[in-house]
Amino acid sequence: MSEQTPKFKVTIDNITVEVAPGTTILNAARMIGGDVTPPAMCYYSKLEGSGGKCRTCLVEVSKGSEKDPRPMPKLVASCRTTVMDGMEVKNITSDKVLDARKGVVEMLLVNHPLDCPVCDQAGECHLQDLSYEHGASTTRYEFDRRTFEKEDLGDYISLHMTRCILCYRCVYTAEQLTQKREHGVLDRGDHAAISTLLGKSLDNEFIGNVIDVCPVGALTDKTFRFKNRVWFTKPVDAHCDCKTCGGKARLWMRGDEVYRVTARKDQWGEVEEWICNDCRFHKKSAKDWVIEGPSKISRHSVISQGHYVGVKKQPVYIDKVIGKDPKMLLDIHTVSDVNRPEVELSKIAGPAHSDDFKNTGK
Amino acid sequence: MKLLLEHAHVEGIRYYDTYRKHGGYRSVEKAFKMTPDEIVEEVKKSGLRGRGGAGFPTGMKWSFLAKPEGVPRHLVCNADESEPGTFKDRYLMEFLPHLLIEGLIVSSFALGSHATYIYIRGEYAWIVDILEQAIAEAKNNGWLGKNILNSGFDCEIYVQRGGGAYICGEETALIESLEGKRGNPRIKPPFPAIQGVWMRPTVVNNVETLAAIVPIINNGGEEYAKIGVGRSTGTKLLSVCGNVKKPGIYEIDMTQSVEEFIFSDEYCGGIANGKRLKACIPGGSSVPILPANLLLKTAKGETRYMNYESLSDGGFATGSMMGSGGFIVMDEEQCVVRHTMTLARFYNHESCGQCSPCREGTGWMYKILKNIEYGKGKLSDIDLLWDIQRKIEGNTICPLGDAAAWPVAAAIRHFRDEFEWHVNNPDEAQNRNFGLAHYADPIHIPAGA
Repeated sequence: MSEQTPKFKVTIDNITVEVAPGTTILNAARMIGGDVTPPAMCYYSKLEGSGGKCRTCLVEVSKGSEKDPRPMPKLVASCRTTVMDGMEVKNITSDKVLDARKGVVEMLLVNHPLDCPVCDQAGECHLQDLSYEHGASTTRYEFDRRTFEKEDLGDYISLHMTRCILCYRCVYTAEQLTQKREHGVLDRGDHAAISTLLGKSLDNEFIGNVIDVCPVGALTDKTFRFKNRVWFTKPVDAHCDCKTCGGKARLWMRGDEVYRVTARKDQWGEVEEWICNDCRFHKKSAKDWVIEGPSKISRHSVISQGHYVGVKKQPVYIDKVIGKDPKMLLDIHTVSDVNRPEVELSKIAGPAHSDDFKNTGK
Repeated sequence: MKLLLEHAHVEGIRYYDTYRKHGGYRSVEKAFKMTPDEIVEEVKKSGLRGRGGAGFPTGMKWSFLAKPEGVPRHLVCNADESEPGTFKDRYLMEFLPHLLIEGLIVSSFALGSHATYIYIRGEYAWIVDILEQAIAEAKNNGWLGKNILNSGFDCEIYVQRGGGAYICGEETALIESLEGKRGNPRIKPPFPAIQGVWMRPTVVNNVETLAAIVPIINNGGEEYAKIGVGRSTGTKLLSVCGNVKKPGIYEIDMTQSVEEFIFSDEYCGGIANGKRLKACIPGGSSVPILPANLLLKTAKGETRYMNYESLSDGGFATGSMMGSGGFIVMDEEQCVVRHTMTLARFYNHESCGQCSPCREGTGWMYKILKNIEYGKGKLSDIDLLWDIQRKIEGNTICPLGDAAAWPVAAAIRHFRDEFEWHVNNPDEAQNRNFGLAHYADPIHIPAGA
C-alpha cells in the first residue's frame, strides 16, 4: 500500500489506532490485540462473505465518525462494519456489549450438547474458549436439546450436527476453495442443518479444510476420531513436497507417531495455508514429513500445558482501558512471590498489586 | 374515503376492459408525459409512507436509488405478505390486479427499471395466475413490453413465486430468494438501493405502496397529502380479523379514532357476540399487543387515532405500531398466554437460523410459553422470558428478531398478572380464561410510562 493512502483513526476502548479505509472494526481491534479484540465465531478473514451471523463480536459505536458523530442506534457486528475516520467504539468498556455478548453465548449453548468429554475438538474449541471467557457458569435452559438424524459425509469427515453453531464457515470454504458447491444448509431456524443433499459424501481434494475452519466439534477428522486428546499430542510444524498444496502443515505427534495433520493456524485460530486431503489424511508417518520444530501455541491454550515456545506476550493496556478491570493478562506466577520457595509465605504482604505489574518490564 | 378500493366492487374489474372503462391506466398516460424525476418529486410531495410495516417515506427511498452509468436498476414488488393477521395485499392482487400493474408501470418508469419483479409468496398460488393474466392483458394492450406509448421506455413485469417463508418478506432475504438462493437476510450496508438484486440498485416496495402510486399520479401529490393527518398521509388498507362483527378489508383515511373503527357500523361493527374488548394487535402479529384501556386512549388520556403517530404514541411502554395494518381484535374470551405462545411458535418456525440469538432464542421462548400455557410454568419463567426477548431484540441482522421479541415483551408488560395467574392456577387455567381483569377499565398508567 502506498504511503499516500489516507489512514482512518479509530478509537476502540480508548485506544486509538490508524487503519486503512475499508478495514472492519474487528480487524482494527485485532491490530491492537489483547482484550479489546471482540471474539468471533463465524467471521473468517480468509473467507469472503463470512461473518455477521454469530453476533458474538457485537460492539457499541458511540461515535459514528468525525463528520457524523451520531452514535449507531444498535450494537453492530464488528466483523462486518467498516471503520470511519474518527469512529469511537466501545467493546469491553460498554456494559451493553458485555450483556449482549453474554446473551449470545448463552443462546449458542442452548442447543449445544456440551459433550466436551467425548468431543475431539475439546481443548481447541472456540466455543469452549468463548463460554469460558464470556459466558455464565450455569444454564437456564431446561428443555431437551435438539437432535438430528446422523449423516455420513464419507470416510474422512465426521459430522456432529448437534454441536454445530451454524457459522457457515464450512459452506463458504467448500464454495470458495473448491469452486464447487459441496454442501449447504438445509431447513431453517433451530433445525437448520449442514448437509449434502441426499446424503452424498464430501468429496474434493481440499475439502478436509472444513475440519480446520469449524470453530466447534461439528466437523472432525475421522482418521483421528477418538485416537487421542489434543492436549496429549505435541504440535510440530512440518512440510512436505506436496504438488497439490503448499505442503506446510502442523503435525500432532506423540513420540514418533503422527496422530493428526492439520493446517497451521495463526493467533486468531485461522488457517494460514490450506492443505490438501492427501497431506491431511494419508501422510500419517513421520517419514513423510520434514519437521521444522515445535509450533507456537498461545500461552493460554491447554494444548501447550505450560510449555510456551517463542510466544509473544499479549499487550497490556491496563492503564488505558479505564473503568473496567480487564482480565489478568500477566502470568501471576511470574510477578508474585507465592511460587518462590525461598520466600516464606507468611512474609508475603498480600495478593499482587499494581506495582508488581509495573516492575515486570525490568 | 376510498382511493384504492374505489372500484373494487365493480363486476369484472379484474379484467382489463372493465378496469380501463373505470379510468384505469390514466396514471400511466399522465406519468409518461412527465420526467422520472418529476414523478419521484410527486411521490415525495404526497408524503406516502411504506405500507409494508416500517412506514419509511417512499419518495425518500426512491431518491436513495443509486444510478450508476450502464448498470440496470430493478423495482421489486414485495407481495410476500406473510405477517399473521395481514391479508390486504391478497385482496388487492386478487380483485384489483390491474391497479398493481398500473402502479408498477409508473414506478418502473420513475425508477428506470426495465425488468420489474413481483415476488409473491408461494401460498398465493391462485393469485399468480390472476397476476399473469393481468400482465398478459396489459401487454396485449401496449402498456408493457417495448416502447410503451411511444415513449421509448421498455418494461417487463415478471411474477416470481416464493416458497412461502416469512423471512422472505424481509427485503434483503427476498432479494436473495429472488436470485435463487437460500432466503437469508443480507447484512446492511450495502443497502438494496446500492446493491440489490444481482448486485444492481434495487427498490423493494410493498404491494399497497405501489398501488397507492396510481392515485398519487392521477390526483397529484399535494392532493394526496391533504388526505389523512400530519405525516400519516393518504389512505391505508387495514385487514381486520378476530372477534369483530365484520372482519375484512377496510380503507381508512387515518382520521378515525380507534374506538370509532372498532365499534362503528361503518367499519368493524363492534365486538362479536356481545362480548367486551380485551386487547388488540393493531398492525400485524409482530407489533406490541395493547390492552383495551391503552388502545382506545393513550397513556395521557387522549383519544387514540388510526394513524402512524397516534398508534405509536407512548413508545413501546404504552403504545404500539401501525405496522402492516393487520388489525387483530381479541375479546374477553381470549387467552393472552395462549395467543403469545402461538406467535412464539410462528417465529420459532420462521426464523431463518442465521443469527444465533434469534435461532435459539425463539425456540426457547416458545418452549417456556408452552410450559406456562399447559400448567407447567414457574414464576421465574416470566422473568426469564423477559430476559430472553431483551437479548434477542436489536442483536440480529434483520428485524425478525425484533418481531419475535416485541409480542412477548408487550404481552408480559401489559398482561403480567395473566401470566402469573396461569402459573399459580395451572388446573384452572386449563378450563377457563383469565378474563378481562382491569384491561378494559379506565386508564391505568404503568410505571415508567
